[in-house]
Order: sequence, then C-alpha cells, then structure tokens
Amino acid sequence: MAWGKRKDLLGIEDLSREEIEAILDTAESFKDVSLRKIKKVPTLRGVTVVNFFLEPSTRTRTSFELAGKRLSADVINISASSSSILKGESLKDTAWNIEAMNADILIVRHRAAGVAHFLSGMLDCSVINAGDGAHEHPTQALLDLFSIRERKQKIDGLTVAIVGDIAHSRVARSNIFALRKLGALVRIAGPGTMIPLGVEAMDVQVCRSLDEAIDGADVIMMLRIQRERQEKSLFPSVREYARFFGLTRQRLQGAKKDLLIMHPGPINRGVEIAPDVADGPYSIILDQVTNGVAVRMATLYLYSGAKR
Amino acid sequence: MSLIIQGGRIIDPVNGRDREGDLLIEKGRIVKVGKTLSGDRRIDAKGLWVVPGLIDMHVHLREPGYEYKETIETGCRAAAAGGFTAVACMPNTNPVNDNGAVTDFILTRARSAAVSVHPVGAITRGSGGEGLAEIGEMAEAGVVALSDDGRPVRNGQLMRRGMEYAGTFGLPVISHAEDLDLCAGGVMHEGVVSTRLGLRGIPSVAEESMVERDILLAELTGAALHVAHVSARGTVMRIREAKARGLSVTAEVTPHHLTLSHEALLEYDTNLKVNPPLRTEEDRQALIAGLADGTIDAVASDHAPHNIAEKEVEFDQAAFGMVGLETSLPLLLQLVHEGRLTPVQLVERMSVAPARILRIKGGALSEGEAADVTLIDPDLSFTVDAARFYSRSFNTPFLGRELKGKAVYTLLRGKPVYRDPVMKDRK
Repeated sequence: MAWGKRKDLLGIEDLSREEIEAILDTAESFKDVSLRKIKKVPTLRGVTVVNFFLEPSTRTRTSFELAGKRLSADVINISASSSSILKGESLKDTAWNIEAMNADILIVRHRAAGVAHFLSGMLDCSVINAGDGAHEHPTQALLDLFSIRERKQKIDGLTVAIVGDIAHSRVARSNIFALRKLGALVRIAGPGTMIPLGVEAMDVQVCRSLDEAIDGADVIMMLRIQRERQEKSLFPSVREYARFFGLTRQRLQGAKKDLLIMHPGPINRGVEIAPDVADGPYSIILDQVTNGVAVRMATLYLYSGAKR
Repeated sequence: MSLIIQGGRIIDPVNGRDREGDLLIEKGRIVKVGKTLSGDRRIDAKGLWVVPGLIDMHVHLREPGYEYKETIETGCRAAAAGGFTAVACMPNTNPVNDNGAVTDFILTRARSAAVSVHPVGAITRGSGGEGLAEIGEMAEAGVVALSDDGRPVRNGQLMRRGMEYAGTFGLPVISHAEDLDLCAGGVMHEGVVSTRLGLRGIPSVAEESMVERDILLAELTGAALHVAHVSARGTVMRIREAKARGLSVTAEVTPHHLTLSHEALLEYDTNLKVNPPLRTEEDRQALIAGLADGTIDAVASDHAPHNIAEKEVEFDQAAFGMVGLETSLPLLLQLVHEGRLTPVQLVERMSVAPARILRIKGGALSEGEAADVTLIDPDLSFTVDAARFYSRSFNTPFLGRELKGKAVYTLLRGKPVYRDPVMKDRK
C-alpha cells in the first residue's frame, strides 16, 4: 500500500492518486467493523483525538466521533460555544492549549479558508481538515469517491456533474481535485454568480445549464444552496433557483439506468433537489453518510501513524 | 569641518551626472561636486553609488495611536537604514491627521527623528468620507499632500470637491483607488489562485474603475492626481492614456507588487496579505514595464507595520500590509541586476520623482542644497533578518531572503543617520 506517512490532511490537492487510493482501500477494510454486532476494534487505543469544530456541523462531527470511538481512541469535542474563543482567546492560543494536553490528532472545522494550514504550521500533532471556509473538505471528497467506487468499481472515465454554488463550496473544490486525480471528467453548473473566476484552470468543463451538465452523466452531485446568499445577489429567489437549477424527476427522464445522485447534506428539499429525487432510485445520499464513518476511520488510522 | 565622500559613482539625474567623483559637504550642505576635492574628514566611496537621499512617499508611521506597531522614531530609523532621508506618512493614525493640531504633533515628534517627515493630510474628516477635512489649516501646518489612504473616497462629488479645494492650497491628491462594493470583503486578488484557495477575491476592476473615475475628476478639476500603489495592468494602461492626454497624473508602485504575484499565497502566508493585493505575473510584468517607461513615476513602499498578533491569525482576519522601508531599495536593485531598470532610473523613481510630485526639497545633489545623501553598495549580499530590523514590526514575506545590494551609509543634512557595519572596514 502506498502510504507516504504524512502528518496532516489539509486538502485533496496535496495528495497523489496513489495516496487517495490507499485511503479508500483502507476504508474498505474498516467498513465491516461498523456492520458487526460489537462495533469496536482496539486499533487506536491510547490515542487522543480532538474534534475542534468552530462552525456548526452534525454529520461531519458525529462521523469523526464515531470513527474515533470505533477505533477505541479517546475522542473529545470542542465547539465554538464551549471553547474560550467566546472569551476572546485567539485561535493560536486555543490550539496550543489543546496540544499541550497531548492531543495526537486535531480535527478542525472553521469558517475561514486556510485555517488547517495555519494550525498545521504551528502544531506537532496531526491536523485533519474537516472543512475550512470555501477551501477544502477532503474527507467529504474521499467518502464521495468511496461511495462511487463501491457502486461503479471504478472512477476512471466516469462523467461527474457538480451543480450549485461552486464558488463558495469546499465540497466542490475537494471533489474536483479528487475526481480529476482519479481520471473522472468533471462538469460544473450553476448560475454565473456561483461559478468562480478562473475555475477552468482546475480542468473542469463549465456548463451553461443544468440539462447540459447532467446529460449522459454517470454521477450528479448536488450542492446545498445557502439561503443567506440571496442577500448578496447570488440569486434572486429560492423559487427561481429551484426552477433553473433544482434537480427534478422530469429532468432525469433521459438519465442513464445506473446514474448515481449524491448530496453532501444537509439537503434543502424542493430547492436544489426535489424530495422524490432525494429519496428516489438513483439516490445514494444515505450511503454517503454510512461510508463517511469508514473513510474517517481509515483517515484517523493512517494519520495517527504519522507522529509516532 | 568639512566632509568628503570620495571616489564613488555619483548618480544625480537632475544635474545630468553619472560618473565617478567626489562630494564635498560643509555645514550640512553640499558645497562642491567634482574631482579630487579634499576635506577634513573623508569617506571612501569606491565601488559605491552616491545618490540623492531616497524618498519614500508612502509610509505608515502609526503614531499617534498605534505605537505598538511603529513610532515616528522607529519608523524613521528603519527609513534611514533603508537609504531614505525623507518619508511621507499617511494620515490613518488615531486620531486621523485631519487637522492642524495632529499635523503639528507629528512634525514636533519628527524634529528628533532620523529622517525628514512630510505628513499627508486626510481629504475628508476622520477619513470618514463625509465632508472635507480642514485642508487649509493642515496646509499651513505643513502637510504635503492629501489622501484618505486605506479608505477610498466613495462619493464622487466629495472627491471632486476635495480636488478643487486641494488646488487652492497647491496640494496634490493621492488616490487610494478601490471600489469597496466590488472588493466585497475580498482578501486577495480574484483569479485562479483565489478560486483554488477558496478565499474571497478582489477583482482588478475594483482598482481600475476607481482610477478611471479619479482621472476623469482630475481632468474636470485640473487637480494634481497621484495614484497610490498601482497593482493592475489595466491601471497602468489608464495612467499611460491620461498622461498622453496631458493630464497632471502621476503614480507609484510598491516593491512587493514589482517582485511578487498571487501564486505566492498558495500557503496562506498572511504576510502576503496586502491591499491592493498581489496580482498575476502578467500584471507584475506590466508594472515593471510601466515603471521602466515612466508611466509609473515613483516607487513607494507602503510600509505598513503590524504586530505579530495581527498576522498570526486566520487569513480572513489578518491585517492588510507589510513593512517595506528596509527592503525597498534591495528589491529594486534586483530589477537593476536583472537589467529591467538602469541605475539612473532607480534614482529617478526613488528620489527625483517623489520630490517632484510632493513639491519638496531633495532629489538632487545640487551645490548649496542640504546634504541628504545615500551611499549604496549595489553588490553587497545579505539575508533579510528580523533581528536586524529597526522597525518595530517585521511583517514581511521577505524574511530569510538573500538579496544583493543595499544602502550602506545615509546622511541627513550632512550627518550620518545610518552606517552599515561594512563601512567600518573602509578608512
């Protein structure tokens, strides 16, 4: 297995194809732990994992917590409301204090891009990026790849459409890097306000409409629309967004039989995705959540080895 | 007692000189420039350039109000070490330099400083963009220009009035050109790198559109407009056109915009977070070309000291700006070594033009004038080291960088205000 002993997982952009595949292969061997009656192995006994989440999160935080616990690590959670950040402590001081308690792995979620880089430069423990602003969310892309590979047995040559607010999405960025490294073709679509300047340089095809993006696609990833963005003139109304960029059954009439529909969650039913599509035959949205635990177990396992 | 600076290469574009010679200084004034002069004391300048004292027309000295970042004293010592004999300091202090009393305070503090200080006054009250500051009173107290640096004058009508009013007192208006609506809270140049990093971008048009507005207002009012820290190719183009139309428009560029581009931000180094942002390699090349052909008149560092606590934070939260006084000349000398700029052009952009634009003394080694003189060793290699900085702050991405060429001796009115250790080896 090609594992280069990295200290930190900051983004998919830094990883090679071989490293990504090594994580996915490791995740496969961990997946069945969650299917056993006793969902626990002693692999990370004595390892301290800190979930440092300064932005609201249910899925990712819970997923990392379960992953750590199923590997017998000691997992603690620190959120913005329970930390001294509220008392005005700087991020640097908070992080140093956590490390002083001998944490082995720090999992960080923050609204500002670059925070994982910032922390990795000043901490000796492993830093795992659980989402930094609009930059990257590497474990989300890894679990997405894992879910696609599980169904299709390959990534190479697939056509994947990513639809929605590409400009503000860390999920989109990580997936674009990951899918391109593993040989998939990537199309992106969304209103012009949500397509970032110079995105072509990331080797993706920019589509003008939802129909153009999903025509003949093997996988469609829908991104969550943040209603707050309406105030910044990114779109005029939820109603109009749903009409032009919402995924409905009618739009899927010519779809491939084995199409996969994905969404990182939480979904806005009736906005970017119609309820019957989210719950319909192509959807693997809940599989993504299940696989998230296995992928994060693999990540914790591989990165815990980096320090010792 | 007289002092002779002997055997250096005297580069003095205003007097059409670029040749080896001696400079004789008496009672703080240049009394003679020529060959084989003699004096009571002598400085061996063999192999060095002898140039009119450099002038940095855009620095932030932070006093009053932000003395933990810099003071007039420390900033001026940094200036002297960088080869400067005069600086123009921006008004975004606390309180803002928007009235004669603050101008007086700065000039009082500057009396004991290592270099000459020329305050720039605010255009609007508190640089708040609503209503003119007391420009006449500040002119009397000694400001040399007007600017709401850091906070563009959003209201076009107010900028027009500011330009008209400034003309009455013979002051140039310095434009910090930035359309804040288009900047939309951006933290770096908008382009392929900001898209990769997920950081909010500042498009070049935010600068270009504002520069175009101010050029049109300068044309309407006849004001002397100076465009601060040009960063975009399109801006260079617009200034070139304005000059061709015969308008009184001048411009400056920073050493960092001439030497770095946005790719440098890939590791989220907050020391590279500056406003205007570092742009593309194409922009950088256009800035160098604009500086070489004279479209851009001057180099100014936009020396912006910040405490480490304001930089060791999330990129979004970090303060904009980097220090520049002690690296400005060495970075420009790299362009000379690369053949992009001649030594004469360097002296024009770093001394002659700032004096001309601000209408202050200096920029020449004329007999009878104050002996503000800088000696430069163009080949002296050194490593940029925070421990050797005179500035109170060291927020610069150039730390650890090996650079070739620096100021080794700076004289203000004939008195040494900086002497590099290498000068000890000369007798």
